[in-house]
This record gives sequence, structure tokens and C-alpha cells, in this order.
Amino acid sequence: MTNTLHRFGKPETLNEDYIVFAMAGNGFNEEGALEKAQTFLRAAIKYKPINMGNALVNSLYRPDKNLSFLKLYFVGRQEKTTYEKLIDEMPGPGSAAVVFDDPKIVASFIRDVKKLDLGLSINVSALVDNTRDICGEVDITPHAVEYTLGFHGDTSRLPDRDTLSLSTMCGHGMVSANFAKKMVTHVKEGRMEPEDAARTMAKFCVCGVFNTTRAMRILKDSKKG
Amino acid sequence: MRISKEKCVGCANCVPICTVGAIYIGEDGLAEINADACVECHNCYRSLSFEHIPPGPTRMIRRILKKISLRFQPDPDVCPTEAIIPEDLEWPRIVRRAFSDPMVTHESTGVHGRGTEEVKTNDVSHRIKKGQVGLVVEFGRPGIGVYFREVQKATQVLAQAGVTFEEGNPVTQMMPDPGTGNIREDVLDERVLSCIVELTTTIEDTVHTLAIIKEIGKTTETVISIGVSTVCDEDGKEPLREILNQEGYETGWAKLNLGLGRASNASFTNRENL
Repeated sequence: MTNTLHRFGKPETLNEDYIVFAMAGNGFNEEGALEKAQTFLRAAIKYKPINMGNALVNSLYRPDKNLSFLKLYFVGRQEKTTYEKLIDEMPGPGSAAVVFDDPKIVASFIRDVKKLDLGLSINVSALVDNTRDICGEVDITPHAVEYTLGFHGDTSRLPDRDTLSLSTMCGHGMVSANFAKKMVTHVKEGRMEPEDAARTMAKFCVCGVFNTTRAMRILKDSKKG
Repeated sequence: MRISKEKCVGCANCVPICTVGAIYIGEDGLAEINADACVECHNCYRSLSFEHIPPGPTRMIRRILKKISLRFQPDPDVCPTEAIIPEDLEWPRIVRRAFSDPMVTHESTGVHGRGTEEVKTNDVSHRIKKGQVGLVVEFGRPGIGVYFREVQKATQVLAQAGVTFEEGNPVTQMMPDPGTGNIREDVLDERVLSCIVELTTTIEDTVHTLAIIKEIGKTTETVISIGVSTVCDEDGKEPLREILNQEGYETGWAKLNLGLGRASNASFTNRENL
């Protein structure tokens, strides 16, 4: 899940961004991995993660493919599924991911995952010092670390800071810079609430690693200029 | 991917959704896709909600409203007439989707997304060993895209420098001889949203290898995202961070493999029981 490695933004917004994911290694432990990945995600439910996904089905936030005029204007849109439904729909283990915005909750969840002893590889993407603090708290010695060294090459082609902070929360690039910019503009112009704009963008991130809490903060800050 | 001229009403909602800016409103007022720029990520088809309203009356209402300076505009994440239609892709165009659609599994590695497990499963695979450093050099990210011809320029330079490309990586799988850095000729004109060139070096050679990559960055026409990984010691510490900091790199955000994985396939447990 390199898609969580290159999140761009101010440290104060990254402070509330934690992605915990479970993955099986092909040829090593993929047998029975679907059930284990489902157990991993079910263990997260009691902590109410702000997003969840595994890249093989749409995430917690998802498009509604069966809208009609009547449904749209009189019933409303079904843009968020339940944790249980998502877990039941999973066709394979994929990269089962949950997103949190509170390090205390992350520590409690990892403590539970350690007790479950699933045997899947568990990774945390976050500010590394925060993750190391959590590891100390739950008595885990990390196996490996991967640092982002940021963006190089023709960086003049990159968008502005707020746009990049939003679009890089889907590392697969499914929240396009143009759409993130449009959401910023909609919020600035009062045509959308930050909460709605954040949820709308989250639907495009199929892995479920888009952090809606952080997106709302970025959108609220950008509104004030 | 294509947009049906019969169904499209020209609301332009799909234009900013496109991950690489390949969708535009044509002279007829309806959406079109620049096939050369499109990376077949399927984002427009997969992630826009579909409202099934009839295109003909909708176009007429839009025209009438326009005359009185009003506008019919669906929610920004809705295609009101389900006008986006995926197409069957053939080789080599299918390579675009394999690298750009996160829901597609790479046939060469069995991994979805960008097709590599890199350090995420290192606690069971041990592909990066103690004293080694893994580099994931991602061309085209974030949101710029890249042609394989551009990637090949870099892989050739890296090969000349004597680096070792990671075998279990989809870009390496497209190199007939990784020692040359050449990528197979028939995919060079294919554009993808991004792809990862993955290599392994030693702690001692890390700074030198990063300098080569930064030099490549000076002439490339796209953006490169760089990630570096290493294995921690028994106390969970590693020397890489200090080296990177000395070189002026910030090392705030990272991914930590917690080391809770273990090989459990029957082939492994049977071996242990012998």
C-alpha cells in the first residue's frame, strides 16, 4: 500500500491521520487470508474508523449507481455503506485498511490486533514518531520502516498546497487535483459544506484510505484563505 | 473508455473527475476523451454516481434554461445519464489499465494497485534484508502520469549505474533483460497514471543511489515520488533515518511494518513439521 506513503500536508493535519492495514504476502500466507482480513476489519468496528476498505470492493463511501430523479430528490443518496456490509462483500483479502484520527484509538486497536495474532503483515502509515510512540505503548518492536522523501522531478506541474493535501490522500490518484480544486472552490463559494465535500471526495478513493476528518480541516482552513 | 454521444448532455461533471485531464467538452457541447492522454483508470466510470434520466429531454431543458441564463447542473459527482462506457482493451493498451486502475490485479505479480508488496509484507517475505535499503521510485505520481518511454530513460540510467531491480515488480517484469534497463518496445508509447521502479541497494550506497535518482529528476518531464525502506534491528532502530536527515531529507511521514506477519501457507507449515 504505497498509496498511503506520500501524503502531503502540514504536520498539524497529518497529526490526525493514521492508516492501519493488513496484507498477506503472496506465496507466504495468502491461504485463509480473506477470513483473517475480515477479522482484522471486524476488530476495528468497535473503534468506529472514519474510513475502511480493501481496494477490491468500493470503500465505506461509495457512489450510488442506481439513482433516479425521484430517488435523488425525495429519498436522498446512499453514499455510505455499513462496516459489516463492506466486510461481507470482500472477494479477497486485498489490503484491508482502516483510517483513524486519534492515536489513542490506534493504540487500542493495534493492541487488539496483536492479541488476535492473525499472522498477516500489519502496517501503520502516519507521522513516524507518533507510530513509534504507539509501538512503545503496545510493546511492539517494528520490523521495517519506509520513509517518503517527497516529490521530485518536474514539480512545477504540481497543484497548490491545499489541492495536493487533499488529492494525495488517495495515493492511487483517484481524487484528481482538478476535482479536489473544484471541491475547495465549492466550499469557498458556500455551495457545499466541508463535510459534504469531504464525503464526496472519499467516494473516489476505492481503497478507503481517504481521511475525511483531515479533509474537512483542510477545506475549512482553505475557506478562510 | 468512451463517452456516448447519444447519452451525454454536456454537464461537464466528468471533466474534473478525470485523473489526468483527458476529458473535455468538444465543439458539439458534449464530453469527449483524448484517447492518447487517457490512462484507462476507470475512475470516471467507477466512481461517478449514475442517475438514469432521459438524455433527449434533459438536453432540451438545458438549452431552454440557458436562454434565460439559468443552468441545470447535477451534483458534482453524478453523471445524470450514465454516458460513460468502458471498452474492451487489447494489448498493449490494456497495460494502461493494469497500472492505473487500483482495482485491477497485476498478472505478473498477483498484486493489485501498483502491483508490488515492497516492504509491506517484508516480515514474511524478507525481500529487503538487514543492511539493505529498498527504493520505490514512482514515476507520474501524484496525478501527472507518465509514458513508459519516459520511464525507460530512467531505468537505462539506473541499469548503467549497476543497480539491482526488484524481480517481484511489474515494471521489472516488462524488462526483457533488467541488466540493460530496456522496457519492451511495444509498451513504450503507453501512458499510465504512475508506475513504480523498485530497486535494492545497501545502506552504504543509499546516498549515491539517491543522487542518481535526483539527477534523473532534473531532466524528466514528469514528477517522481521516492520512498526508501529498511529493516529495523532487535530494538526497532535503524540507521537510515539519520543518513537521510544528514542529506537534507525530511523524514516525518512513514510506513511502519509492525512485524506481526508470519508465513503460514501449508507448504511452510508442512516443512516445519518434517
